[in-house]
Amino acid sequence: MNIQVNGEGRTANAGVTVAELLRELNIRPDRVAVEVNTEVLNRQEFERRGLCEGDRVEIISFIGGGRDYGVFDA
Amino acid sequence: MPEDRLVIAGREFKSRLWVGTGKYKDFVETKKAIDTAGADVVTVAVRRVNITDRSKENLLDYLDPKKYTILPNTAGCYTVEDALRYARLARAAGVSDLVKLEVIGDERTLFPDTAGLIEAARILVKEGFIVLPYTNDDPVVAKKLVDIGCPAVMPLAAPIGSGLGIRNPYNLRIILETVKVPVIVDAGVGTASDATLAMEYGADAVLMNTAIAGARDPIAMAEAMKYAVEAGRLAYKAGRIPRKLYATASSPIEGML
Repeated sequence: MNIQVNGEGRTANAGVTVAELLRELNIRPDRVAVEVNTEVLNRQEFERRGLCEGDRVEIISFIGGGRDYGVFDA
Repeated sequence: MPEDRLVIAGREFKSRLWVGTGKYKDFVETKKAIDTAGADVVTVAVRRVNITDRSKENLLDYLDPKKYTILPNTAGCYTVEDALRYARLARAAGVSDLVKLEVIGDERTLFPDTAGLIEAARILVKEGFIVLPYTNDDPVVAKKLVDIGCPAVMPLAAPIGSGLGIRNPYNLRIILETVKVPVIVDAGVGTASDATLAMEYGADAVLMNTAIAGARDPIAMAEAMKYAVEAGRLAYKAGRIPRKLYATASSPIEGML
């Protein structure tokens, strides 16, 4: 299936969970927040939340701040 | 000397110099500047993780959230909706309920949209956030922010990154008299004397980023700012002499030939 991660198209196995996606991307779950279709998830939901075709996922973290960096899409 | 701690929403801070973490050449320099400044509150921005280049290091690998108070900001947000979204993401990222709330109203000046700021602050306070609002040097707006539950206010000295220093000291003084919560002067500091002045007026802390990160020698400026904030605080507590138009002799007249 096709999903969007941080604004970029990506193919993923049907039903992949947020936690699996983070592992695949080599991202530590304790350093990020995840939004699926603009809904912010609790960290405990990462293991349970399965993704669906067309889902828009945003993975954010903290950077030096700081201003005038690109903001992400709604 | 007795402890002179800054307390906001029940949290104690040892340093009255807060620093931003943007614009440094790398994380090593960022951390060195923070440690030289002696800051225990550091602001960070909320942004997308780079998923294509995972070699990039994480800021939190350098700034242990157990050692520093990480204060996420909503920098770059021009609408209430965006500011709320960034604040909620920041909280979900697991550092704390603190947010430095910014709703920017204008690209050239980066002045706050104070109507949007008050609206966003009201919503986030209801959601349990500890909202530290980046606001204009407007005493009426500062009072409104406190009335809706902000435990501190962060009025600007001058536009972000401008280095102009305190452009309206009288408004700042009125804010300091008007609100009964800590006032943190945020944005516009250019050099050490600006920070000292803010503290001498009675500000509870000063937050800066560009003044340190943009200096020719950021680490030396971090040290200068540390002393500047301490000197200003001590002078404020010591109580300055009144300004007088004419001289008052320091040496006695008595005993002169």
